[in-house]
Amino acid sequence: MTAVPSTDPAPASQAEVTAEIEAIASSYVETPDATETQPRLDYSPYRSSLLRHPTKALQQADPEGVELWAPVFGERDLDPLEADLTIQRTGEPVGERMIVTGRVLDGDGRPVRHQLVEIWQANAAGRYVHQRDQHPAPLDPNFPGMGRCLTDADGVYRFTTIKPGPYPWRNHRNAWRPAHIHFSLFGTEFTQRMVTQMYFPGDPLFPLDPIYQSVVDPAARARLVATYDHEVTEPEWCTGYRWDIVLTGPHRTVVEEDTLS
Amino acid sequence: MTPTAGQTIGPFFGFALPFPRDTELVPPGTPGAIRLHGRVLDGHGDPVPDALLELWQADPAGQVVRRQGSLRRDGYTFTGWGRAATDRDGHYAFSTLLPGAPFFAVTVFARGLLNRLFTRAYLPGASDGFLEGVDVDRRSTLLTTEDETGLVFDVHLQGDRETVFLSYPRHQS
Repeated sequence: MTAVPSTDPAPASQAEVTAEIEAIASSYVETPDATETQPRLDYSPYRSSLLRHPTKALQQADPEGVELWAPVFGERDLDPLEADLTIQRTGEPVGERMIVTGRVLDGDGRPVRHQLVEIWQANAAGRYVHQRDQHPAPLDPNFPGMGRCLTDADGVYRFTTIKPGPYPWRNHRNAWRPAHIHFSLFGTEFTQRMVTQMYFPGDPLFPLDPIYQSVVDPAARARLVATYDHEVTEPEWCTGYRWDIVLTGPHRTVVEEDTLS
Repeated sequence: MTPTAGQTIGPFFGFALPFPRDTELVPPGTPGAIRLHGRVLDGHGDPVPDALLELWQADPAGQVVRRQGSLRRDGYTFTGWGRAATDRDGHYAFSTLLPGAPFFAVTVFARGLLNRLFTRAYLPGASDGFLEGVDVDRRSTLLTTEDETGLVFDVHLQGDRETVFLSYPRHQS
Protein backbone atom coordinates (compact mmCIF):
# COMPACT_ATOMS: atom_id res chain seq x y z
CA MET A 1 0.00 0.00 0.00
CA THR A 2 1.16 3.52 -0.80
CA ALA A 3 1.03 6.02 1.99
CA VAL A 4 -1.29 8.95 1.35
CA PRO A 5 0.66 12.21 1.04
CA SER A 6 -0.16 14.94 3.49
CA THR A 7 -2.03 17.92 2.04
CA ASP A 8 -1.87 19.65 5.40
CA PRO A 9 0.01 22.96 5.21
CA ALA A 10 2.11 21.89 8.17
CA PRO A 11 5.19 20.20 6.72
CA ALA A 12 5.57 16.47 7.23
CA SER A 13 8.32 15.15 9.44
CA GLN A 14 11.25 13.17 8.11
CA ALA A 15 9.77 10.09 9.81
CA GLU A 16 6.52 10.50 7.88
CA VAL A 17 8.30 10.97 4.56
CA THR A 18 10.63 8.07 5.26
CA ALA A 19 7.57 5.89 5.99
CA GLU A 20 6.09 6.85 2.62
CA ILE A 21 9.40 6.08 0.89
CA GLU A 22 9.63 2.70 2.58
CA ALA A 23 6.02 1.81 1.76
CA ILE A 24 6.63 2.41 -1.94
CA ALA A 25 9.94 0.53 -1.82
CA SER A 26 8.39 -2.50 -0.15
CA SER A 27 5.52 -2.65 -2.64
CA TYR A 28 8.13 -2.68 -5.44
CA VAL A 29 10.01 -5.58 -3.87
CA GLU A 30 6.76 -7.53 -3.75
CA THR A 31 6.55 -7.48 -7.57
CA PRO A 32 9.07 -10.11 -8.70
CA ASP A 33 9.29 -9.41 -12.45
CA ALA A 34 9.52 -5.65 -12.32
CA THR A 35 12.82 -4.05 -13.16
CA GLU A 36 12.51 -0.31 -13.35
CA THR A 37 15.43 1.76 -14.60
CA GLN A 38 13.98 5.25 -14.31
CA PRO A 39 12.44 7.36 -11.52
CA ARG A 40 8.70 7.23 -10.95
CA LEU A 41 7.17 10.44 -12.29
CA ASP A 42 4.33 9.97 -9.81
CA TYR A 43 6.24 9.86 -6.54
CA SER A 44 4.37 11.61 -3.74
CA PRO A 45 7.20 11.73 -1.14
CA TYR A 46 8.66 14.40 -3.47
CA ARG A 47 5.90 16.95 -2.86
CA SER A 48 6.69 19.16 -5.84
CA SER A 49 5.88 16.24 -8.14
CA LEU A 50 2.22 16.03 -7.03
CA LEU A 51 0.88 18.52 -9.59
CA ARG A 52 3.71 18.18 -12.07
CA HIS A 53 3.56 14.58 -13.23
CA PRO A 54 1.46 13.37 -16.17
CA THR A 55 -1.35 11.05 -15.11
CA LYS A 56 -1.98 9.57 -18.55
CA ALA A 57 0.18 6.91 -20.20
CA LEU A 58 2.96 8.11 -22.46
CA GLN A 59 2.05 7.79 -26.14
CA GLN A 60 4.28 5.37 -28.05
CA ALA A 61 5.94 7.04 -31.04
CA ASP A 62 8.36 5.86 -33.68
CA PRO A 63 11.02 8.55 -33.93
CA GLU A 64 10.86 10.54 -37.15
CA GLY A 65 12.87 13.31 -38.81
CA VAL A 66 14.78 15.40 -36.29
CA GLU A 67 14.02 12.93 -33.51
CA LEU A 68 16.53 10.56 -35.11
CA TRP A 69 19.30 13.16 -34.75
CA ALA A 70 20.76 15.25 -31.96
CA PRO A 71 21.91 18.85 -32.11
CA VAL A 72 25.60 19.24 -32.92
CA PHE A 73 27.94 21.00 -30.51
CA GLY A 74 31.62 21.60 -31.11
CA GLU A 75 34.76 23.59 -30.48
CA ARG A 76 32.94 26.74 -31.48
CA ASP A 77 30.40 26.33 -28.69
CA LEU A 78 32.66 26.25 -25.65
CA ASP A 79 36.15 26.79 -24.32
CA PRO A 80 38.06 23.75 -22.98
CA LEU A 81 38.70 25.76 -19.79
CA GLU A 82 35.00 25.54 -18.98
CA ALA A 83 35.66 21.94 -17.84
CA ASP A 84 37.61 23.28 -14.85
CA LEU A 85 35.20 24.78 -12.31
CA THR A 86 38.08 25.80 -10.02
CA ILE A 87 39.63 28.41 -12.34
CA GLN A 88 36.62 30.51 -13.27
CA ARG A 89 37.56 33.37 -10.92
CA THR A 90 40.78 34.91 -9.67
CA GLY A 91 41.21 32.79 -6.53
CA GLU A 92 41.00 29.15 -5.48
CA PRO A 93 37.57 27.97 -4.36
CA VAL A 94 37.21 26.52 -0.86
CA GLY A 95 36.63 22.80 -0.47
CA GLU A 96 37.82 19.38 -1.53
CA ARG A 97 39.21 19.65 -5.07
CA MET A 98 38.34 16.64 -7.19
CA ILE A 99 38.23 15.28 -10.70
CA VAL A 100 35.01 13.69 -11.97
CA THR A 101 35.42 11.65 -15.12
CA GLY A 102 33.72 8.83 -16.96
CA ARG A 103 32.25 7.76 -20.26
CA VAL A 104 28.95 8.58 -21.95
CA LEU A 105 27.69 5.44 -23.71
CA ASP A 106 24.54 4.71 -25.67
CA GLY A 107 22.25 1.80 -24.85
CA ASP A 108 24.22 -0.42 -27.22
CA GLY A 109 27.46 0.35 -25.37
CA ARG A 110 28.92 2.65 -28.00
CA PRO A 111 30.73 5.81 -26.89
CA VAL A 112 28.89 9.07 -27.51
CA ARG A 113 31.65 11.09 -29.17
CA HIS A 114 32.22 14.84 -29.24
CA GLN A 115 28.94 15.60 -27.51
CA LEU A 116 28.03 18.22 -24.93
CA VAL A 117 28.04 17.51 -21.17
CA GLU A 118 26.89 20.26 -18.80
CA ILE A 119 27.12 20.17 -14.99
CA TRP A 120 26.02 22.42 -12.13
CA GLN A 121 26.29 22.08 -8.39
CA ALA A 122 26.36 23.65 -4.93
CA ASN A 123 29.66 24.80 -3.43
CA ALA A 124 31.49 23.04 -0.59
CA ALA A 125 29.14 24.66 1.94
CA GLY A 126 26.03 23.43 0.16
CA ARG A 127 25.07 26.78 -1.41
CA TYR A 128 24.13 27.41 -5.04
CA VAL A 129 24.89 30.60 -6.93
CA HIS A 130 21.18 31.15 -7.47
CA GLN A 131 18.97 33.92 -6.12
CA ARG A 132 16.32 31.41 -5.05
CA ASP A 133 18.77 29.52 -2.84
CA GLN A 134 17.99 30.87 0.64
CA HIS A 135 20.24 28.46 2.56
CA PRO A 136 22.24 30.65 4.98
CA ALA A 137 25.57 29.07 4.06
CA PRO A 138 28.39 31.14 2.55
CA LEU A 139 28.68 31.81 -1.14
CA ASP A 140 32.17 31.27 -2.53
CA PRO A 141 33.20 34.15 -4.79
CA ASN A 142 35.64 31.79 -6.48
CA PHE A 143 33.14 29.08 -7.29
CA PRO A 144 30.32 29.74 -9.76
CA GLY A 145 29.49 26.02 -9.82
CA MET A 146 28.78 25.33 -13.48
CA GLY A 147 30.88 23.75 -16.23
CA ARG A 148 30.67 22.25 -19.69
CA CYS A 149 32.79 20.03 -21.87
CA LEU A 150 32.67 17.87 -24.97
CA THR A 151 33.25 14.13 -24.74
CA ASP A 152 36.34 12.89 -26.57
CA ALA A 153 36.58 10.19 -29.26
CA ASP A 154 36.09 7.50 -26.57
CA GLY A 155 33.05 9.22 -25.08
CA VAL A 156 35.08 10.38 -22.07
CA TYR A 157 34.16 13.56 -20.16
CA ARG A 158 36.34 15.07 -17.45
CA PHE A 159 35.71 17.92 -15.00
CA THR A 160 37.82 19.43 -12.25
CA THR A 161 35.63 20.80 -9.48
CA ILE A 162 34.99 20.99 -5.73
CA LYS A 163 33.06 18.35 -3.81
CA PRO A 164 29.60 19.83 -3.20
CA GLY A 165 28.07 19.92 0.27
CA PRO A 166 24.63 18.62 1.27
CA TYR A 167 21.95 21.27 1.67
CA PRO A 168 18.52 21.74 3.26
CA TRP A 169 15.34 22.12 1.23
CA ARG A 170 11.66 22.53 2.04
CA ASN A 171 10.11 19.26 0.91
CA HIS A 172 9.42 18.43 4.55
CA ARG A 173 10.76 19.49 7.93
CA ASN A 174 14.52 19.02 8.26
CA ALA A 175 14.84 17.77 4.67
CA TRP A 176 18.42 17.56 3.36
CA ARG A 177 19.63 16.60 -0.10
CA PRO A 178 22.60 14.25 -0.34
CA ALA A 179 25.59 15.89 -2.02
CA HIS A 180 25.19 15.68 -5.80
CA ILE A 181 26.23 17.13 -9.14
CA HIS A 182 23.60 17.77 -11.81
CA PHE A 183 24.45 16.38 -15.27
CA SER A 184 22.85 17.31 -18.60
CA LEU A 185 23.52 14.90 -21.49
CA PHE A 186 22.88 14.58 -25.20
CA GLY A 187 23.28 11.48 -27.33
CA THR A 188 23.32 10.94 -31.07
CA GLU A 189 19.50 11.18 -31.13
CA PHE A 190 16.94 13.55 -29.68
CA THR A 191 15.31 10.54 -27.97
CA GLN A 192 18.41 10.08 -25.75
CA ARG A 193 18.31 13.51 -24.12
CA MET A 194 18.54 13.29 -20.34
CA VAL A 195 19.23 15.22 -17.14
CA THR A 196 20.28 13.40 -13.99
CA GLN A 197 22.26 13.72 -10.74
CA MET A 198 25.49 12.05 -9.67
CA TYR A 199 25.90 11.14 -6.00
CA PHE A 200 28.85 10.20 -3.77
CA PRO A 201 29.47 6.79 -2.21
CA GLY A 202 28.14 6.09 1.28
CA ASP A 203 26.07 9.23 1.74
CA PRO A 204 24.05 8.86 4.98
CA LEU A 205 21.23 10.95 3.49
CA PHE A 206 20.37 8.38 0.77
CA PRO A 207 17.54 6.61 2.65
CA LEU A 208 15.98 9.95 3.59
CA ASP A 209 15.95 11.65 0.19
CA PRO A 210 12.76 11.39 -1.91
CA ILE A 211 14.49 12.48 -5.13
CA TYR A 212 17.15 9.77 -4.94
CA GLN A 213 14.55 7.23 -3.74
CA SER A 214 12.18 8.09 -6.62
CA VAL A 215 14.28 5.55 -8.50
CA VAL A 216 12.72 2.62 -6.68
CA ASP A 217 14.89 -0.15 -8.12
CA PRO A 218 17.95 -0.48 -5.83
CA ALA A 219 20.33 -1.40 -8.66
CA ALA A 220 19.13 1.52 -10.78
CA ARG A 221 19.61 3.82 -7.79
CA ALA A 222 23.12 2.50 -7.18
CA ARG A 223 24.05 3.39 -10.78
CA LEU A 224 23.65 7.07 -9.83
CA VAL A 225 26.52 6.82 -7.34
CA ALA A 226 30.07 7.57 -8.48
CA THR A 227 33.02 5.39 -7.49
CA TYR A 228 36.11 6.72 -5.75
CA ASP A 229 39.02 5.89 -8.08
CA HIS A 230 42.57 6.23 -6.83
CA GLU A 231 43.82 6.02 -10.42
CA VAL A 232 42.00 9.29 -11.07
CA THR A 233 43.27 10.89 -7.87
CA GLU A 234 46.36 13.06 -8.48
CA PRO A 235 49.25 13.23 -5.97
CA GLU A 236 49.47 16.44 -3.95
CA TRP A 237 46.54 17.83 -5.91
CA CYS A 238 43.05 16.30 -5.76
CA THR A 239 40.87 13.23 -5.31
CA GLY A 240 39.20 11.42 -8.21
CA TYR A 241 35.77 9.94 -8.89
CA ARG A 242 34.56 7.91 -11.82
CA TRP A 243 30.99 7.80 -13.11
CA ASP A 244 29.82 6.33 -16.41
CA ILE A 245 26.47 7.30 -17.91
CA VAL A 246 24.42 5.09 -20.24
CA LEU A 247 21.80 6.73 -22.44
CA THR A 248 18.86 4.92 -23.98
CA GLY A 249 19.39 2.90 -27.14
CA PRO A 250 19.54 4.57 -30.55
CA HIS A 251 16.87 3.86 -33.18
CA ARG A 252 19.10 4.76 -36.10
CA THR A 253 22.37 3.10 -37.13
CA VAL A 254 25.18 5.26 -35.82
CA VAL A 255 27.07 6.69 -38.78
CA GLU A 256 30.44 8.33 -39.33
CA GLU A 257 28.75 11.71 -39.28
CA ASP A 258 27.87 11.20 -35.61
CA THR A 259 31.54 11.24 -34.70
CA LEU A 260 32.31 14.51 -36.46
CA SER A 261 32.57 17.60 -34.40
CA MET B 1 23.25 -1.88 -21.47
CA THR B 2 20.88 -0.55 -18.83
CA PRO B 3 20.26 3.17 -19.14
CA THR B 4 21.17 5.42 -16.24
CA ALA B 5 18.17 6.83 -14.36
CA GLY B 6 17.14 10.41 -14.95
CA GLN B 7 16.56 12.84 -12.10
CA THR B 8 14.74 16.16 -11.81
CA ILE B 9 16.47 19.26 -13.13
CA GLY B 10 15.70 20.80 -9.71
CA PRO B 11 15.16 24.48 -8.90
CA PHE B 12 18.68 25.79 -9.43
CA PHE B 13 19.49 25.25 -13.12
CA GLY B 14 18.87 28.93 -13.85
CA PHE B 15 22.47 30.02 -13.32
CA ALA B 16 23.89 27.14 -15.36
CA LEU B 17 21.83 26.05 -18.35
CA PRO B 18 20.45 29.27 -19.87
CA PHE B 19 22.94 31.16 -22.04
CA PRO B 20 22.86 34.39 -24.04
CA ARG B 21 20.36 34.24 -26.95
CA ASP B 22 19.49 30.64 -26.07
CA THR B 23 15.90 31.20 -27.27
CA GLU B 24 16.94 32.81 -30.55
CA LEU B 25 17.31 30.15 -33.23
CA VAL B 26 17.16 33.24 -35.42
CA PRO B 27 17.34 36.84 -34.19
CA PRO B 28 13.86 38.38 -33.84
CA GLY B 29 13.06 40.44 -36.90
CA THR B 30 14.87 38.09 -39.29
CA PRO B 31 12.78 37.67 -42.48
CA GLY B 32 10.48 34.71 -41.86
CA ALA B 33 11.07 34.71 -38.11
CA ILE B 34 8.15 33.64 -35.95
CA ARG B 35 7.67 33.50 -32.23
CA LEU B 36 6.88 30.03 -30.87
CA HIS B 37 5.67 30.61 -27.35
CA GLY B 38 3.34 29.43 -24.64
CA ARG B 39 3.05 28.54 -21.00
CA VAL B 40 3.92 25.56 -18.88
CA LEU B 41 1.10 24.78 -16.41
CA ASP B 42 0.63 22.32 -13.56
CA GLY B 43 -2.34 20.14 -12.62
CA HIS B 44 -4.16 23.10 -11.09
CA GLY B 45 -3.57 25.24 -14.16
CA ASP B 46 -1.02 27.31 -12.27
CA PRO B 47 2.11 28.50 -14.08
CA VAL B 48 5.34 26.54 -13.66
CA PRO B 49 8.00 29.25 -13.29
CA ASP B 50 10.93 26.85 -13.05
CA ALA B 51 10.60 24.78 -16.21
CA LEU B 52 13.04 24.54 -19.09
CA LEU B 53 12.04 23.72 -22.66
CA GLU B 54 14.33 22.66 -25.47
CA LEU B 55 13.39 22.96 -29.12
CA TRP B 56 14.88 20.85 -31.92
CA GLN B 57 13.63 21.25 -35.45
CA ALA B 58 14.29 20.89 -39.16
CA ASP B 59 15.16 23.94 -41.22
CA PRO B 60 12.58 25.57 -43.53
CA ALA B 61 13.59 23.16 -46.33
CA GLY B 62 12.84 20.21 -44.06
CA GLN B 63 16.50 19.27 -43.60
CA VAL B 64 17.98 18.17 -40.27
CA VAL B 65 20.63 20.76 -39.42
CA ARG B 66 24.11 19.45 -38.55
CA ARG B 67 25.86 22.68 -37.52
CA GLN B 68 27.50 23.67 -34.26
CA GLY B 69 27.16 27.15 -32.79
CA SER B 70 24.00 26.91 -30.67
CA LEU B 71 25.78 27.94 -27.45
CA ARG B 72 27.54 30.90 -29.06
CA ARG B 73 25.10 32.35 -31.53
CA ASP B 74 26.68 34.32 -34.37
CA GLY B 75 23.28 35.63 -35.51
CA TYR B 76 23.61 33.98 -38.93
CA THR B 77 23.97 30.22 -38.43
CA PHE B 78 20.68 28.36 -38.05
CA THR B 79 21.44 25.35 -35.81
CA GLY B 80 17.86 24.13 -35.31
CA TRP B 81 18.21 23.94 -31.53
CA GLY B 82 17.34 26.27 -28.67
CA ARG B 83 16.57 26.39 -24.98
CA ALA B 84 14.07 28.52 -23.04
CA ALA B 85 13.48 28.82 -19.30
CA THR B 86 9.99 29.84 -18.22
CA ASP B 87 9.40 33.17 -16.48
CA ARG B 88 7.33 33.90 -13.39
CA ASP B 89 4.14 33.41 -15.39
CA GLY B 90 5.32 30.07 -16.71
CA HIS B 91 5.80 31.67 -20.11
CA TYR B 92 8.53 30.78 -22.61
CA ALA B 93 9.26 32.06 -26.11
CA PHE B 94 11.54 31.08 -28.98
CA SER B 95 12.35 33.12 -32.08
CA THR B 96 12.69 30.68 -34.94
CA LEU B 97 11.75 29.73 -38.50
CA LEU B 98 8.91 27.46 -39.58
CA PRO B 99 10.27 23.95 -40.08
CA GLY B 100 9.75 22.24 -43.43
CA ALA B 101 8.39 19.31 -41.42
CA PRO B 102 5.11 18.70 -39.59
CA PHE B 103 6.39 19.30 -36.05
CA PHE B 104 8.92 20.80 -33.67
CA ALA B 105 10.46 18.26 -31.25
CA VAL B 106 10.22 19.51 -27.66
CA THR B 107 11.83 18.35 -24.41
CA VAL B 108 10.37 19.50 -21.07
CA PHE B 109 12.24 19.71 -17.76
CA ALA B 110 11.01 21.22 -14.48
CA ARG B 111 11.48 21.23 -10.75
CA GLY B 112 9.02 18.64 -9.49
CA LEU B 113 9.26 16.65 -12.71
CA LEU B 114 11.43 13.64 -11.93
CA ASN B 115 12.42 12.83 -15.51
CA ARG B 116 12.36 14.70 -18.80
CA LEU B 117 9.30 14.54 -21.03
CA PHE B 118 9.24 14.50 -24.81
CA THR B 119 6.47 15.90 -26.97
CA ARG B 120 5.81 17.30 -30.44
CA ALA B 121 4.45 20.72 -31.32
CA TYR B 122 2.72 20.24 -34.66
CA LEU B 123 2.10 23.06 -37.11
CA PRO B 124 -1.54 24.17 -37.35
CA GLY B 125 -3.55 21.80 -39.55
CA ALA B 126 -0.77 19.20 -39.68
CA SER B 127 -1.69 15.55 -39.79
CA ASP B 128 0.31 12.34 -39.88
CA GLY B 129 0.08 8.74 -38.82
CA PHE B 130 1.18 9.47 -35.27
CA LEU B 131 -1.38 12.23 -34.73
CA GLU B 132 -4.12 10.06 -36.16
CA GLY B 133 -3.20 7.40 -33.60
CA VAL B 134 -3.78 9.81 -30.69
CA ASP B 135 -7.25 9.95 -29.09
CA VAL B 136 -9.28 12.59 -30.88
CA ASP B 137 -10.04 14.47 -27.67
CA ARG B 138 -6.34 14.79 -26.80
CA ARG B 139 -4.97 15.50 -30.28
CA SER B 140 -5.30 19.26 -29.92
CA THR B 141 -2.73 19.24 -27.10
CA LEU B 142 -0.09 18.51 -29.76
CA LEU B 143 -1.15 21.23 -32.18
CA THR B 144 0.18 24.78 -32.16
CA THR B 145 -2.28 27.58 -32.82
CA GLU B 146 -1.62 30.84 -34.63
CA ASP B 147 -1.53 34.24 -33.00
CA GLU B 148 -0.40 37.65 -34.26
CA THR B 149 3.29 36.91 -33.61
CA GLY B 150 3.53 33.28 -34.64
CA LEU B 151 2.56 30.06 -32.96
CA VAL B 152 1.32 29.20 -29.48
CA PHE B 153 2.04 25.89 -27.73
CA ASP B 154 1.07 25.41 -24.09
CA VAL B 155 2.36 22.48 -22.06
CA HIS B 156 0.00 21.06 -19.44
CA LEU B 157 1.97 18.71 -17.20
CA GLN B 158 -1.24 17.31 -15.69
CA GLY B 159 -5.00 17.82 -15.71
CA ASP B 160 -7.96 17.80 -18.10
CA ARG B 161 -5.87 19.25 -20.90
CA GLU B 162 -2.75 17.24 -20.09
CA THR B 163 -0.33 17.33 -23.02
CA VAL B 164 0.33 14.08 -24.83
CA PHE B 165 3.89 13.08 -23.94
CA LEU B 166 5.87 10.55 -25.93
CA SER B 167 7.78 7.36 -25.31
CA TYR B 168 10.07 5.92 -27.97
CA PRO B 169 10.61 2.19 -28.62
CA ARG B 170 13.96 2.00 -26.84
CA HIS B 171 12.85 3.82 -23.73
CA GLN B 172 12.29 1.87 -20.51
CA SER B 173 10.21 2.73 -17.48
